Amino acid sequence: MYYIFEEPLLLRALFKMLIKRPDDIKGSEITDDSTYVNRRSFIQKAVIFAGTTAATGILYKMINPKPPIVFEGEKLTGVTPASADVIPVIDEKQTPLIDIANYNNFYEFSTDKREVAEIAKGFISKPWTVTVEGLVNKPKTYDLDDLIKLAPLEDRVYRMRCVEGWSMVIPWVGFPLAKLLKEVDPLSKAKYVAFQTLFDPKRFPNQNSYVLDWPYVEGLRLDEAMHPLTILATGMYGQSLPPQDGAPIRLVVPWKYGFKGIKSIVKIKLVAEQPPTTWNIAGPDEYGFYSNVNPNVAHPRWSQATERRIGEYERRKTLMFNGYADQVAYMYQGMDLREYY
Amino acid sequence: MSTSLTEIRFNQSVIFVNALVPLALLGWDGYNHQLGANPLEYVTHTTGILTLVFLLLTLAVTPTRKFTGIPWLVRVRRMLGLFAFFYGTLHLITYMWFDKAFAVIAIAKDVWARPFIAIGMTGFFLMLPLAITSTNKMVKRIGGKRWQQLHKLTYVAGIAGVLHYWMLVKADTRIPIAFGIVLLILFAYRLADKYFPTLTRKFSVNG
Repeated sequence: MYYIFEEPLLLRALFKMLIKRPDDIKGSEITDDSTYVNRRSFIQKAVIFAGTTAATGILYKMINPKPPIVFEGEKLTGVTPASADVIPVIDEKQTPLIDIANYNNFYEFSTDKREVAEIAKGFISKPWTVTVEGLVNKPKTYDLDDLIKLAPLEDRVYRMRCVEGWSMVIPWVGFPLAKLLKEVDPLSKAKYVAFQTLFDPKRFPNQNSYVLDWPYVEGLRLDEAMHPLTILATGMYGQSLPPQDGAPIRLVVPWKYGFKGIKSIVKIKLVAEQPPTTWNIAGPDEYGFYSNVNPNVAHPRWSQATERRIGEYERRKTLMFNGYADQVAYMYQGMDLREYY
Repeated sequence: MSTSLTEIRFNQSVIFVNALVPLALLGWDGYNHQLGANPLEYVTHTTGILTLVFLLLTLAVTPTRKFTGIPWLVRVRRMLGLFAFFYGTLHLITYMWFDKAFAVIAIAKDVWARPFIAIGMTGFFLMLPLAITSTNKMVKRIGGKRWQQLHKLTYVAGIAGVLHYWMLVKADTRIPIAFGIVLLILFAYRLADKYFPTLTRKFSVNG
Protein backbone atom coordinates (compact mmCIF):
# COMPACT_ATOMS: atom_id res chain seq x y z
CA MET A 1 0.00 0.00 0.00
CA TYR A 2 2.76 2.33 0.95
CA TYR A 3 4.51 2.04 -2.38
CA ILE A 4 1.38 2.64 -4.41
CA PHE A 5 0.60 5.80 -2.54
CA GLU A 6 4.16 6.91 -3.03
CA GLU A 7 3.27 7.31 -6.71
CA PRO A 8 -0.01 9.23 -6.85
CA LEU A 9 0.40 10.18 -10.49
CA LEU A 10 0.86 6.61 -11.57
CA LEU A 11 -2.11 5.58 -9.49
CA ARG A 12 -4.25 8.31 -10.92
CA ALA A 13 -3.39 7.24 -14.43
CA LEU A 14 -4.30 3.70 -13.52
CA PHE A 15 -7.66 4.74 -12.14
CA LYS A 16 -8.38 6.82 -15.20
CA MET A 17 -7.72 3.90 -17.46
CA LEU A 18 -9.89 1.60 -15.44
CA ILE A 19 -12.84 3.82 -14.75
CA LYS A 20 -13.22 6.45 -17.41
CA ARG A 21 -11.78 7.26 -20.71
CA PRO A 22 -9.53 10.32 -20.37
CA ASP A 23 -11.73 12.58 -22.52
CA ASP A 24 -14.77 11.87 -20.28
CA ILE A 25 -13.28 13.72 -17.38
CA LYS A 26 -13.81 17.41 -16.89
CA GLY A 27 -10.92 19.36 -15.46
CA SER A 28 -12.93 20.20 -12.36
CA GLU A 29 -13.38 16.53 -11.57
CA ILE A 30 -9.69 15.82 -11.30
CA THR A 31 -8.65 15.53 -7.71
CA ASP A 32 -5.91 17.98 -7.03
CA ASP A 33 -2.50 16.91 -5.86
CA SER A 34 -2.75 18.20 -2.32
CA THR A 35 -5.70 15.92 -1.57
CA TYR A 36 -3.65 12.98 -2.71
CA VAL A 37 -0.71 14.02 -0.64
CA ASN A 38 -2.96 14.49 2.40
CA ARG A 39 -4.64 11.18 1.89
CA ARG A 40 -1.29 9.51 1.58
CA SER A 41 -0.02 10.99 4.78
CA PHE A 42 -3.30 10.24 6.52
CA ILE A 43 -3.04 6.56 5.71
CA GLN A 44 0.65 6.58 6.55
CA LYS A 45 -0.14 8.17 9.86
CA ALA A 46 -2.91 5.71 10.58
CA VAL A 47 -0.54 2.85 9.82
CA ILE A 48 2.11 4.28 12.12
CA PHE A 49 -0.43 4.75 14.92
CA ALA A 50 -1.90 1.28 14.50
CA GLY A 51 1.50 -0.37 14.11
CA THR A 52 3.22 1.24 17.07
CA THR A 53 0.28 0.87 19.46
CA ALA A 54 -0.11 -2.77 18.44
CA ALA A 55 3.62 -3.30 19.05
CA THR A 56 3.44 -1.57 22.44
CA GLY A 57 0.37 -3.63 23.33
CA ILE A 58 2.07 -6.88 22.34
CA LEU A 59 5.18 -5.92 24.33
CA TYR A 60 2.99 -5.18 27.35
CA LYS A 61 1.22 -8.51 27.00
CA MET A 62 4.54 -10.33 26.61
CA ILE A 63 6.00 -8.83 29.75
CA ASN A 64 2.85 -9.36 31.77
CA PRO A 65 1.65 -12.80 32.84
CA LYS A 66 -0.70 -14.85 30.72
CA PRO A 67 -4.36 -15.45 31.63
CA PRO A 68 -5.03 -18.03 34.36
CA ILE A 69 -4.97 -21.73 33.56
CA VAL A 70 -7.86 -23.99 34.51
CA PHE A 71 -6.49 -26.98 36.39
CA GLU A 72 -8.13 -30.38 35.98
CA GLY A 73 -6.88 -32.83 38.58
CA GLU A 74 -7.66 -36.46 39.21
CA LYS A 75 -10.73 -36.97 41.34
CA LEU A 76 -9.73 -38.40 44.72
CA THR A 77 -11.89 -41.18 46.09
CA GLY A 78 -12.67 -42.19 49.65
CA VAL A 79 -12.09 -38.73 51.12
CA THR A 80 -13.59 -38.52 54.61
CA PRO A 81 -14.47 -35.52 56.81
CA ALA A 82 -11.77 -34.24 59.17
CA SER A 83 -10.98 -36.88 61.79
CA ALA A 84 -9.77 -34.85 64.74
CA ASP A 85 -12.35 -32.89 66.67
CA VAL A 86 -9.79 -30.16 67.32
CA ILE A 87 -10.15 -28.93 63.75
CA PRO A 88 -12.02 -25.62 63.93
CA VAL A 89 -14.76 -25.14 61.36
CA ILE A 90 -14.03 -22.21 59.07
CA ASP A 91 -17.16 -20.47 57.85
CA GLU A 92 -15.21 -18.01 55.67
CA LYS A 93 -15.64 -18.20 51.91
CA GLN A 94 -13.29 -20.70 50.28
CA THR A 95 -10.87 -19.27 47.73
CA PRO A 96 -11.77 -20.43 44.20
CA LEU A 97 -9.52 -23.12 42.73
CA ILE A 98 -8.66 -20.88 39.77
CA ASP A 99 -7.08 -18.37 42.19
CA ILE A 100 -5.34 -20.99 44.35
CA ALA A 101 -3.90 -22.58 41.21
CA ASN A 102 -2.75 -19.34 39.53
CA TYR A 103 -1.16 -17.37 42.35
CA ASN A 104 1.69 -19.44 43.67
CA ASN A 105 4.93 -18.88 45.46
CA PHE A 106 6.88 -21.82 44.12
CA TYR A 107 10.34 -20.53 43.34
CA GLU A 108 11.45 -23.83 41.80
CA PHE A 109 9.28 -22.89 38.82
CA SER A 110 9.36 -19.09 38.88
CA THR A 111 9.56 -16.18 41.28
CA ASP A 112 6.53 -14.63 39.55
CA LYS A 113 3.42 -15.91 41.32
CA ARG A 114 1.29 -15.52 38.21
CA GLU A 115 3.66 -17.44 35.98
CA VAL A 116 4.16 -20.57 38.07
CA ALA A 117 1.03 -22.39 36.82
CA GLU A 118 2.08 -22.04 33.17
CA ILE A 119 5.61 -23.33 33.80
CA ALA A 120 4.42 -26.12 36.12
CA LYS A 121 2.03 -27.45 33.50
CA GLY A 122 2.87 -31.08 32.67
CA PHE A 123 5.10 -31.55 35.74
CA ILE A 124 5.59 -35.30 36.15
CA SER A 125 4.96 -36.46 39.71
CA LYS A 126 4.56 -40.17 39.03
CA PRO A 127 6.29 -42.32 40.13
CA TRP A 128 7.18 -40.56 43.39
CA THR A 129 8.86 -41.81 46.53
CA VAL A 130 9.28 -40.26 49.95
CA THR A 131 12.15 -41.43 52.12
CA VAL A 132 11.66 -41.22 55.86
CA GLU A 133 14.93 -41.65 57.75
CA GLY A 134 17.12 -40.40 60.57
CA LEU A 135 16.39 -41.01 64.22
CA VAL A 136 13.68 -43.61 63.70
CA ASN A 137 13.31 -47.32 64.41
CA LYS A 138 11.79 -48.13 61.05
CA PRO A 139 13.25 -45.99 58.26
CA LYS A 140 11.54 -46.58 54.95
CA THR A 141 11.19 -45.32 51.41
CA TYR A 142 7.52 -45.12 50.56
CA ASP A 143 6.00 -45.20 47.17
CA LEU A 144 3.43 -42.41 47.13
CA ASP A 145 0.59 -44.86 46.45
CA ASP A 146 1.51 -46.80 49.61
CA LEU A 147 2.06 -43.64 51.63
CA ILE A 148 -1.48 -42.38 51.11
CA LYS A 149 -2.83 -45.75 52.27
CA LEU A 150 -1.37 -45.21 55.74
CA ALA A 151 -4.42 -43.21 56.74
CA PRO A 152 -7.71 -42.18 55.18
CA LEU A 153 -7.56 -38.95 53.20
CA GLU A 154 -9.50 -36.19 54.93
CA ASP A 155 -11.01 -32.86 53.97
CA ARG A 156 -9.23 -30.09 55.85
CA VAL A 157 -10.36 -26.52 55.26
CA TYR A 158 -7.60 -24.20 56.49
CA ARG A 159 -6.70 -20.56 56.31
CA MET A 160 -3.43 -19.98 54.52
CA ARG A 161 -1.52 -16.82 55.41
CA CYS A 162 1.45 -15.88 53.25
CA VAL A 163 4.31 -13.96 54.83
CA GLU A 164 3.83 -11.39 52.04
CA GLY A 165 0.52 -10.24 53.54
CA TRP A 166 -2.16 -12.09 51.59
CA SER A 167 -4.28 -15.07 52.55
CA MET A 168 -6.63 -17.73 51.22
CA VAL A 169 -9.04 -20.36 52.56
CA ILE A 170 -8.10 -23.71 51.05
CA PRO A 171 -10.00 -27.02 51.22
CA TRP A 172 -7.03 -29.37 51.38
CA VAL A 173 -7.18 -33.13 51.12
CA GLY A 174 -4.59 -34.91 53.20
CA PHE A 175 -3.78 -36.89 56.30
CA PRO A 176 -2.07 -36.04 59.59
CA LEU A 177 1.73 -36.12 59.45
CA ALA A 178 1.56 -37.79 62.87
CA LYS A 179 0.22 -40.97 61.23
CA LEU A 180 3.37 -41.30 59.12
CA LEU A 181 5.68 -40.42 62.00
CA LYS A 182 4.10 -43.09 64.20
CA GLU A 183 4.68 -45.65 61.43
CA VAL A 184 8.43 -45.02 61.38
CA ASP A 185 8.59 -44.86 65.18
CA PRO A 186 10.87 -41.95 66.19
CA LEU A 187 13.66 -42.55 68.70
CA SER A 188 13.53 -40.56 71.91
CA LYS A 189 16.53 -38.53 70.70
CA ALA A 190 14.49 -37.19 67.80
CA LYS A 191 13.44 -33.61 68.54
CA TYR A 192 12.91 -32.09 65.11
CA VAL A 193 11.66 -33.09 61.67
CA ALA A 194 13.51 -31.93 58.55
CA PHE A 195 11.85 -31.90 55.13
CA GLN A 196 13.34 -31.67 51.65
CA THR A 197 11.90 -30.85 48.23
CA LEU A 198 12.90 -32.75 45.11
CA PHE A 199 16.03 -31.38 43.46
CA ASP A 200 15.74 -31.81 39.71
CA PRO A 201 16.48 -28.74 37.56
CA LYS A 202 15.03 -30.54 34.54
CA ARG A 203 11.62 -30.58 36.18
CA PHE A 204 12.13 -27.46 38.31
CA PRO A 205 13.76 -25.09 35.80
CA ASN A 206 14.34 -22.25 38.23
CA GLN A 207 16.58 -24.50 40.32
CA ASN A 208 19.19 -23.43 37.75
CA SER A 209 19.07 -19.94 39.26
CA TYR A 210 20.68 -18.82 42.47
CA VAL A 211 17.57 -17.17 43.88
CA LEU A 212 17.50 -19.60 46.82
CA ASP A 213 19.73 -22.36 48.15
CA TRP A 214 18.42 -25.54 46.48
CA PRO A 215 16.96 -27.92 47.36
CA TYR A 216 14.32 -26.20 49.47
CA VAL A 217 14.41 -27.44 53.06
CA GLU A 218 12.04 -26.88 55.95
CA GLY A 219 11.66 -28.06 59.52
CA LEU A 220 9.32 -28.40 62.46
CA ARG A 221 9.76 -29.17 66.11
CA LEU A 222 8.59 -32.74 66.78
CA ASP A 223 5.56 -31.62 68.80
CA GLU A 224 4.54 -29.27 65.97
CA ALA A 225 4.94 -32.09 63.49
CA MET A 226 2.84 -34.42 65.64
CA HIS A 227 0.09 -31.84 66.12
CA PRO A 228 -3.27 -33.01 64.71
CA LEU A 229 -3.59 -29.84 62.60
CA THR A 230 -0.36 -30.59 60.73
CA ILE A 231 -1.04 -32.54 57.57
CA LEU A 232 0.60 -33.91 54.47
CA ALA A 233 -1.68 -32.76 51.66
CA THR A 234 -2.11 -34.63 48.39
CA GLY A 235 -5.05 -32.70 47.03
CA MET A 236 -7.48 -29.81 47.23
CA TYR A 237 -11.12 -29.41 46.28
CA GLY A 238 -11.42 -33.22 46.19
CA GLN A 239 -8.85 -33.45 43.37
CA SER A 240 -5.18 -34.30 43.19
CA LEU A 241 -2.85 -31.42 43.99
CA PRO A 242 -2.00 -29.09 41.07
CA PRO A 243 1.78 -29.16 40.41
CA GLN A 244 1.97 -25.41 41.10
CA ASP A 245 0.67 -26.08 44.62
CA GLY A 246 3.23 -28.75 45.46
CA ALA A 247 2.22 -32.00 43.78
CA PRO A 248 2.21 -34.77 44.59
CA ILE A 249 2.64 -34.25 48.34
CA ARG A 250 3.28 -31.21 50.51
CA LEU A 251 3.23 -30.06 54.09
CA VAL A 252 0.45 -27.83 55.48
CA VAL A 253 0.91 -26.16 58.87
CA PRO A 254 -2.01 -23.71 59.05
CA TRP A 255 -0.81 -21.58 61.97
CA LYS A 256 2.51 -20.79 60.30
CA TYR A 257 3.35 -18.60 57.31
CA GLY A 258 2.82 -20.33 53.99
CA PHE A 259 6.50 -20.85 53.17
CA LYS A 260 6.75 -23.40 56.01
CA GLY A 261 4.47 -25.62 53.92
CA ILE A 262 7.23 -27.23 51.88
CA LYS A 263 6.13 -28.62 48.51
CA SER A 264 6.90 -31.73 46.43
CA ILE A 265 8.53 -33.53 49.37
CA VAL A 266 10.98 -36.39 48.73
CA LYS A 267 12.68 -36.69 52.10
CA ILE A 268 11.65 -36.48 55.74
CA LYS A 269 14.35 -36.87 58.37
CA LEU A 270 14.01 -37.05 62.15
CA VAL A 271 16.89 -35.18 63.80
CA ALA A 272 18.10 -34.08 67.23
CA GLU A 273 19.03 -30.49 66.40
CA GLN A 274 17.01 -27.69 64.85
CA PRO A 275 17.47 -28.17 61.09
CA PRO A 276 18.33 -25.36 58.65
CA THR A 277 15.42 -23.89 56.69
CA THR A 278 15.64 -22.27 53.25
CA TRP A 279 14.11 -18.86 53.91
CA ASN A 280 16.01 -18.56 57.17
CA ILE A 281 19.22 -19.09 55.21
CA ALA A 282 18.12 -16.47 52.64
CA GLY A 283 17.18 -13.85 55.24
CA PRO A 284 17.97 -14.80 58.84
CA ASP A 285 16.60 -11.57 60.34
CA GLU A 286 13.42 -11.74 58.26
CA TYR A 287 12.36 -15.40 58.38
CA GLY A 288 12.74 -17.37 61.57
CA PHE A 289 12.59 -21.12 62.16
CA TYR A 290 9.18 -20.87 63.83
CA SER A 291 7.49 -18.35 61.53
CA ASN A 292 4.19 -18.58 63.37
CA VAL A 293 1.59 -16.18 62.02
CA ASN A 294 1.79 -13.25 64.43
CA PRO A 295 0.17 -9.85 63.82
CA ASN A 296 2.28 -8.33 66.62
CA VAL A 297 5.69 -9.13 65.18
CA ALA A 298 6.34 -7.17 61.98
CA HIS A 299 8.50 -8.41 59.17
CA PRO A 300 11.46 -5.98 59.09
CA ARG A 301 10.15 -4.55 55.81
CA TRP A 302 6.37 -4.68 56.26
CA SER A 303 3.69 -4.97 58.91
CA GLN A 304 2.01 -8.31 59.59
CA ALA A 305 -0.97 -6.75 61.38
CA THR A 306 -3.29 -7.04 58.40
CA GLU A 307 -3.68 -9.19 55.31
CA ARG A 308 -5.51 -9.12 52.02
CA ARG A 309 -7.77 -12.12 51.61
CA ILE A 310 -7.65 -13.10 47.95
CA GLY A 311 -10.97 -12.02 46.43
CA GLU A 312 -11.48 -9.15 48.88
CA TYR A 313 -10.51 -5.50 48.55
CA GLU A 314 -10.40 -4.30 52.15
CA ARG A 315 -7.59 -5.66 54.25
CA ARG A 316 -8.58 -7.79 57.23
CA LYS A 317 -6.90 -8.10 60.61
CA THR A 318 -4.43 -10.95 60.88
CA LEU A 319 -5.26 -13.33 63.72
CA MET A 320 -2.75 -14.67 66.23
CA PHE A 321 -1.53 -18.09 65.04
CA ASN A 322 -3.73 -17.45 62.00
CA GLY A 323 -6.82 -18.03 64.15
CA TYR A 324 -5.59 -21.36 65.55
CA ALA A 325 -4.42 -20.01 68.91
CA ASP A 326 -6.83 -22.21 70.89
CA GLN A 327 -5.34 -25.28 69.29
CA VAL A 328 -1.63 -24.45 69.21
CA ALA A 329 -0.74 -21.61 71.61
CA TYR A 330 0.14 -24.07 74.41
CA MET A 331 3.18 -25.27 72.46
CA TYR A 332 4.79 -21.83 72.70
CA GLN A 333 4.04 -20.99 76.31
CA GLY A 334 6.89 -19.13 77.97
CA MET A 335 8.60 -18.44 74.65
CA ASP A 336 9.34 -14.88 73.63
CA LEU A 337 7.75 -14.87 70.17
CA ARG A 338 9.68 -11.72 69.27
CA GLU A 339 12.87 -13.60 69.70
CA TYR A 340 11.59 -16.87 68.23
CA TYR A 341 9.83 -15.30 65.23
CA MET B 1 18.50 16.30 9.45
CA SER B 2 15.66 18.68 9.91
CA THR B 3 12.18 17.68 10.84
CA SER B 4 9.21 19.93 10.25
CA LEU B 5 7.08 21.13 13.10
CA THR B 6 4.12 19.11 11.86
CA GLU B 7 6.21 16.00 11.83
CA ILE B 8 7.46 16.68 15.35
CA ARG B 9 3.89 17.17 16.52
CA PHE B 10 2.93 13.93 14.86
CA ASN B 11 5.84 12.06 16.49
CA GLN B 12 4.81 13.52 19.82
CA SER B 13 1.24 12.35 19.39
CA VAL B 14 2.42 8.84 18.44
CA ILE B 15 4.52 8.63 21.61
CA PHE B 16 1.67 10.10 23.66
CA VAL B 17 -0.81 7.49 22.46
CA ASN B 18 1.72 4.68 22.93
CA ALA B 19 2.44 5.80 26.47
CA LEU B 20 -1.24 5.41 27.25
CA VAL B 21 -1.44 1.87 25.81
CA PRO B 22 -0.36 0.16 29.07
CA LEU B 23 -2.98 2.13 31.00
CA ALA B 24 -5.67 1.21 28.49
CA LEU B 25 -4.74 -2.48 28.66
CA LEU B 26 -4.58 -2.38 32.44
CA GLY B 27 -8.05 -0.83 32.53
CA TRP B 28 -9.40 -3.28 29.98
CA ASP B 29 -7.99 -6.29 31.84
CA GLY B 30 -9.36 -4.91 35.09
CA TYR B 31 -12.78 -4.39 33.55
CA ASN B 32 -12.75 -8.00 32.35
CA HIS B 33 -11.46 -9.38 35.68
CA GLN B 34 -8.24 -10.50 34.05
CA LEU B 35 -5.83 -9.12 36.63
CA GLY B 36 -5.45 -12.44 38.44
CA ALA B 37 -6.02 -13.46 42.02
CA ASN B 38 -4.69 -10.25 43.56
CA PRO B 39 -5.71 -7.42 41.20
CA LEU B 40 -4.66 -4.60 43.53
CA GLU B 41 -1.17 -5.96 43.87
CA TYR B 42 -1.10 -6.29 40.09
CA VAL B 43 -2.10 -2.66 39.54
CA THR B 44 0.38 -1.44 42.16
CA HIS B 45 3.19 -3.48 40.63
CA THR B 46 2.41 -2.52 37.03
CA THR B 47 2.08 1.21 37.68
CA GLY B 48 5.30 1.08 39.70
CA ILE B 49 7.18 -0.61 36.87
CA LEU B 50 5.76 1.88 34.36
CA THR B 51 6.96 4.78 36.51
CA LEU B 52 10.49 3.39 36.44
CA VAL B 53 10.33 2.65 32.72
CA PHE B 54 9.29 6.22 31.91
CA LEU B 55 11.89 7.68 34.27
CA LEU B 56 14.59 5.72 32.50
CA LEU B 57 13.20 6.63 29.07
CA THR B 58 13.28 10.30 30.08
CA LEU B 59 16.89 9.99 31.14
CA ALA B 60 17.76 8.09 27.97
CA VAL B 61 16.55 10.89 25.67
CA THR B 62 19.69 13.02 25.69
CA PRO B 63 22.20 10.21 25.16
CA THR B 64 20.02 8.67 22.45
CA ARG B 65 19.69 12.03 20.73
CA LYS B 66 23.45 12.48 20.71
CA PHE B 67 24.19 8.97 19.51
CA THR B 68 21.57 8.97 16.79
CA GLY B 69 21.59 12.63 15.86
CA ILE B 70 17.81 12.85 15.92
CA PRO B 71 17.30 16.38 17.23
CA TRP B 72 13.50 16.26 17.78
CA LEU B 73 13.89 13.64 20.50
CA VAL B 74 14.43 16.43 22.99
CA ARG B 75 10.91 17.57 22.20
CA VAL B 76 9.43 14.39 23.71
CA ARG B 77 11.52 14.41 26.88
CA ARG B 78 9.10 16.54 28.86
CA MET B 79 6.20 14.32 27.87
CA LEU B 80 8.05 11.15 28.92
CA GLY B 81 8.91 12.77 32.23
CA LEU B 82 5.31 13.76 32.80
CA PHE B 83 4.23 10.19 32.05
CA ALA B 84 6.65 8.98 34.73
CA PHE B 85 4.95 11.39 37.10
CA PHE B 86 1.51 10.32 35.89
CA TYR B 87 2.15 6.59 36.46
CA GLY B 88 3.89 7.41 39.74
CA THR B 89 0.77 9.23 40.88
CA LEU B 90 -1.41 6.24 39.95
CA HIS B 91 1.02 3.98 41.81
CA LEU B 92 0.83 6.14 44.95
CA ILE B 93 -2.97 6.42 44.74
CA THR B 94 -3.35 2.64 44.45
CA TYR B 95 -1.28 2.19 47.57
CA MET B 96 -3.00 4.95 49.56
CA TRP B 97 -6.49 4.03 48.46
CA PHE B 98 -6.59 0.25 48.44
CA ASP B 99 -3.84 -0.66 50.84
CA LYS B 100 -4.48 2.06 53.38
CA ALA B 101 -7.98 3.37 52.54
CA PHE B 102 -6.49 6.91 52.74
CA ALA B 103 -5.89 6.44 56.47
CA VAL B 104 -3.34 9.22 56.95
CA ILE B 105 -2.04 7.94 60.27
CA ALA B 106 -1.56 4.42 58.93
CA ILE B 107 0.30 5.84 55.93
CA ALA B 108 2.51 8.03 58.13
CA LYS B 109 3.28 5.02 60.34
CA ASP B 110 4.09 2.96 57.27
CA VAL B 111 6.47 5.61 55.95
CA TRP B 112 8.16 5.71 59.32
CA ALA B 113 8.34 1.96 59.88
CA ARG B 114 9.11 0.69 56.39
CA PRO B 115 12.13 2.29 54.73
CA PHE B 116 11.11 1.09 51.26
CA ILE B 117 7.86 3.06 51.52
CA ALA B 118 9.73 6.13 52.74
CA ILE B 119 12.15 5.89 49.82
CA GLY B 120 9.32 5.40 47.33
CA MET B 121 7.56 8.45 48.73
CA THR B 122 10.78 10.44 48.47
CA GLY B 123 11.05 9.48 44.82
CA PHE B 124 7.51 10.64 44.19
CA PHE B 125 7.91 13.96 45.96
CA LEU B 126 11.12 14.59 44.03
CA MET B 127 9.13 14.29 40.82
CA LEU B 128 6.53 16.77 42.03
CA PRO B 129 8.60 19.99 41.57
CA LEU B 130 9.84 18.63 38.24
CA ALA B 131 6.29 18.19 37.00
CA ILE B 132 5.29 21.63 38.26
CA THR B 133 8.24 23.34 36.57
CA SER B 134 7.83 21.47 33.31
CA THR B 135 5.98 24.24 31.43
CA ASN B 136 7.73 26.63 29.04
CA LYS B 137 6.66 29.52 31.25
CA MET B 138 8.35 28.00 34.26
CA VAL B 139 11.54 27.30 32.30
CA LYS B 140 11.65 31.01 31.40
CA ARG B 141 10.85 32.12 34.92
CA ILE B 142 13.50 29.95 36.53
CA GLY B 143 16.06 30.41 33.80
CA GLY B 144 17.43 27.67 31.58
CA LYS B 145 20.59 27.01 33.54
CA ARG B 146 18.91 26.77 36.92
CA TRP B 147 16.05 24.80 35.44
CA GLN B 148 18.51 22.22 34.11
CA GLN B 149 20.18 22.02 37.51
CA LEU B 150 16.83 21.43 39.17
CA HIS B 151 15.86 18.75 36.69
CA LYS B 152 18.94 16.72 37.50
CA LEU B 153 16.73 15.58 40.37
CA THR B 154 15.32 13.13 37.84
CA TYR B 155 18.39 11.01 38.54
CA VAL B 156 17.76 11.11 42.27
CA ALA B 157 14.12 10.14 41.68
CA GLY B 158 15.35 7.27 39.50
CA ILE B 159 17.74 6.08 42.20
CA ALA B 160 14.95 6.29 44.79
CA GLY B 161 12.63 4.31 42.50
CA VAL B 162 15.14 1.51 41.87
CA LEU B 163 16.05 1.33 45.55
CA HIS B 164 12.38 1.24 46.53
CA TYR B 165 11.81 -1.69 44.16
CA TRP B 166 14.96 -3.54 45.20
CA MET B 167 14.09 -3.27 48.90
CA LEU B 168 10.58 -4.65 48.62
CA VAL B 169 11.46 -7.76 46.63
CA LYS B 170 11.64 -10.92 48.73
CA ALA B 171 14.49 -12.78 47.11
CA ASP B 172 14.58 -12.43 43.32
CA THR B 173 16.27 -9.07 42.84
CA ARG B 174 17.14 -9.60 39.18
CA ILE B 175 14.62 -7.15 37.72
CA PRO B 176 15.31 -4.27 40.13
CA ILE B 177 19.02 -4.83 39.57
CA ALA B 178 18.46 -4.68 35.80
CA PHE B 179 16.74 -1.31 36.24
CA GLY B 180 19.65 -0.22 38.43
CA ILE B 181 22.19 -1.18 35.78
CA VAL B 182 20.38 0.82 33.09
CA LEU B 183 20.27 3.79 35.45
CA LEU B 184 23.97 3.38 36.19
CA ILE B 185 24.84 3.31 32.49
CA LEU B 186 22.84 6.49 31.86
CA PHE B 187 24.51 8.16 34.80
CA ALA B 188 27.94 7.00 33.69
CA TYR B 189 27.27 8.52 30.28
CA ARG B 190 26.46 11.88 31.87
CA LEU B 191 29.63 11.80 33.93
CA ALA B 192 31.70 10.84 30.92
CA ASP B 193 30.05 13.61 28.91
CA LYS B 194 30.94 16.12 31.56
CA TYR B 195 34.51 15.10 32.36
CA PHE B 196 35.66 13.43 29.15
CA PRO B 197 33.64 15.23 26.50
CA THR B 198 36.07 14.28 23.73
CA LEU B 199 35.30 10.62 24.42
CA THR B 200 31.51 10.88 24.18
CA ARG B 201 31.59 13.35 21.28
CA LYS B 202 33.48 10.79 19.24
CA PHE B 203 30.39 8.60 19.21
CA SER B 204 27.92 11.41 18.74
CA VAL B 205 26.39 12.13 15.37
CA ASN B 206 26.23 15.90 15.59
CA GLY B 207 28.13 17.05 18.56
